Amino acid sequence: MADRLELPAYARSLGLALTGGDEGGMPVLTVDFGPMVEGRPQHFHGGATAGLLENAGYAALRTALNAAGRDPVLKPINITVQYLAAGKSQASFAVGRITRLGRRNANVTVEAWQSDRSRPIATAVMNILMV
Amino acid sequence: MTTPPTPRFDAREASKWFFRHGHTGWLGLRFTEQGDNWVELELPWREDLIGDSSQHVLASGPIISLMDMASGMAIWQTRGTFQPVATLDLRVDYQRPARERASVRGRVECYRITRSAAFVRGIAYDESPDDPVAHVAGCFMTIGADPREANPALRGGGNG
Repeated sequence: MADRLELPAYARSLGLALTGGDEGGMPVLTVDFGPMVEGRPQHFHGGATAGLLENAGYAALRTALNAAGRDPVLKPINITVQYLAAGKSQASFAVGRITRLGRRNANVTVEAWQSDRSRPIATAVMNILMV
Repeated sequence: MTTPPTPRFDAREASKWFFRHGHTGWLGLRFTEQGDNWVELELPWREDLIGDSSQHVLASGPIISLMDMASGMAIWQTRGTFQPVATLDLRVDYQRPARERASVRGRVECYRITRSAAFVRGIAYDESPDDPVAHVAGCFMTIGADPREANPALRGGGNG
């Protein structure tokens, strides 16, 4: 379950946190706006948004693996981030969805949004190797 | 109308104020090298940026930030002016984990630029550019370069 997950050091120092809520059984992550995530004035840096997406992707995969009683080492193969709208100076949220969970690899789709869940600000597709 | 000449964008000079605050300041990015159409930045090793508590290896998130920033600066370096850009799409292919306690450098070139779009590719590496940690490809769009705004004939009527 989501409350058994632990975010990596990078995620915690960037200010990412689990909201405690979920979507389709997958944990929702959030980050408040602040200097640590700011790019051009009053907007999220693309890299910070990518960090949120990536961590939500791993959190979703860990949740699915826990449910299946699996605990492999995860290695990133690639990530493609699509930026859809500027991240404004307010909290952002993200949640992942497992598109395919195989034996050796997983394909995860992630969405990030701000005040309106139906208007994503960025999406990502990640391929992750499990060993 | 005359405008005073603005100096050509210089990544080394710009780095002095780019990395003083915000996300890139927090990461501690540093300028290392530049060319006519490329920029190289460094992400110094830091304990609290690790991705996995069992290994002393930089997380992939900060590497994306490094490459995103180097991409933007490579575009301004190529164009010669600082004109804000928005990332449309950024792809990172991880080749191998970074070495333990290693800083990572990101070298990105802007290989094609038009009035409204820019295309970049680059590598992230720790020891040698011949043995990259990641390959990167991205597509950016200039903000505020909508040709319809410059041409009154193309501007929609009634909206001022």
